[in-house]
Amino acid sequence: MTPKISFKNVRKTFDIAGKTAFTALEGLNLDIEDGEFITVVGPSGCGKSTAMNIAAGLTMPTSGQVLVDNAPVKGPGPERGVIFQQYALFPWLTVRENVEFGLQIAGKPKDERRRIADHFIELVGLSDFANSLPKTLSGGMKQRCAIARAYAVNPKILLMDEPFGALDALTRVQLQDQLLAMWSKERRTVMFITHDVDEAVYLASRVVVMAARPGRLHKIVNVDLPYPRTEDMRLSAEFSELRNEVWRSVYHPAAAA
Amino acid sequence: MAVMESENTPESAKGLPMLSRPFGMLAINIVAVVVGILLWGLVTSFGVVGLPTPLAVAKQAVIQAENGLLWSDALASLGRVFTGFALGILVAIPVGFLMGWYKIARAIIEPYVQFFRTIPPLAIIPLAIVTMGIDEMPKIFVIFLASFLSSVVATYQGVISVDRTMINAARVLGANDFTIFRRVIVPASLPYIMVGVRIGLGSSWSTVVAAELIAAQSGLGFRMQQAQLYYDLATIFVSLISIGILGLIMDRIVMAIDGVLTAWQEKL
Ligand SMILES: Nc1ncnc2c1ncn2[C@@H]1O[C@H](COP(=O)(O)OP(=O)(O)OP(=O)(O)O)[C@@H](O)[C@H]1O
Ligand SMILES: [Mg+2]
Repeated sequence: MTPKISFKNVRKTFDIAGKTAFTALEGLNLDIEDGEFITVVGPSGCGKSTAMNIAAGLTMPTSGQVLVDNAPVKGPGPERGVIFQQYALFPWLTVRENVEFGLQIAGKPKDERRRIADHFIELVGLSDFANSLPKTLSGGMKQRCAIARAYAVNPKILLMDEPFGALDALTRVQLQDQLLAMWSKERRTVMFITHDVDEAVYLASRVVVMAARPGRLHKIVNVDLPYPRTEDMRLSAEFSELRNEVWRSVYHPAAAA
Repeated sequence: MAVMESENTPESAKGLPMLSRPFGMLAINIVAVVVGILLWGLVTSFGVVGLPTPLAVAKQAVIQAENGLLWSDALASLGRVFTGFALGILVAIPVGFLMGWYKIARAIIEPYVQFFRTIPPLAIIPLAIVTMGIDEMPKIFVIFLASFLSSVVATYQGVISVDRTMINAARVLGANDFTIFRRVIVPASLPYIMVGVRIGLGSSWSTVVAAELIAAQSGLGFRMQQAQLYYDLATIFVSLISIGILGLIMDRIVMAIDGVLTAWQEKL
């Protein structure tokens, strides 16, 4: 089976004020299978966002390429949904209008737009706020709206860059369960970046650990826990063993290598 | 599943409860104005300053209102301000968008804008009169220039400060450049544009009075200058207060429009 997303020797350098190029990403090779949920962890500045933006088509690699269904990524496309840490909702549109944004661009007729939007708004539990403006929503609600907006255009791939980074611990855990519930109902290939080792293990079937200077793939940790994930699993010995393994390879990459 | 957060901040947490209500503010506004007029009356009735009393000014206003002079002057000034201001805004918004969106347009237009911005509009008046004569043209042109320059910069600032992530969010949802412009850049820069419009309106009023002082047959600024020749302080006051009131009303109208158009903004 061909992988859904395939990073082929992806390298990215940035010119800093004309001086020597800074290597943000050094020869990244990574295959993500269709329907897989992978998380990416690593120290700040190791190139996680850079890798994701290249897959999203928002940044061009210096060399190498990302293949989606065996075709090289040339730019953004609605088959790859992106969820940003800063929510990036359109503040002048209501929740429903935000969710309908991509559908409108896709040229869907009005009643179909409405039906699809309401379906996903309900899935993320925002039905009571469909006509509200983003300014009246809390951070967690904004992010749920952003998730519904990304899902609405029916992307095969979801790229999420620390989507729960700005949320409190309780909301974060609730949204993790909600995201997994949604993912099991509407299966997508997910690449999820996080700083939180617990979150990385809880969500993923594989945790990709990256290392910095230069940004590169360090290690892949398989999470052999079945879905659906539960609170009991989160508190289990297996979970904490995996968590420790990921933790060690993030914070002491040399020792764990 | 749904997380229910309470978004209500208690009213008392925002400051004095009375003050946070609009009518509380309005009441204080009115009291402040009344006290100001009383003070003015007090000071002038003792003859401390050589100024007309509020009553004398009011009488003069009634006379001018009855013989129609007040209305024709106000209308003349208002017409000039509105024409110049509207033209300025109408040209400034597309030019500002052009500058913000295309680097080449920015490189071509920016030096001119920055250059003319350093010259106060009033300093253009002599040039405008010499080149355009003394009818309506030079006055409207100067007002146009004043409102154009202040709102073009605001529009351009608005476009370049649109959050990159918001543009990327539209792009990953399939939006092309035109859609991004129409559905993201335009609404996102609206708050900036409205700030420019307000500043433009202010400078339009300050310019019209100066323009009328130099060459006009009517208008509030012209009337003031006439009154100056006869030491007619009451008429000067009537014109001054009329300009203030008209400026205030127009500013409030712009603010009301702004309030509707940018109601989505997260204001502190
Ligand atoms: N546009 C840019 N110009 C110059 N350098 C950049 C640019 N974007 C990223 N970098 C650099 O590339 C490196 C990787 O950045 P990236 O944002 O991918 O890191 P990250 O792993 O997502 O970090 P974080 O966890 O803090 O979000 C950083 O050192 C950053 O300074
Ligand atoms: Mg990042």
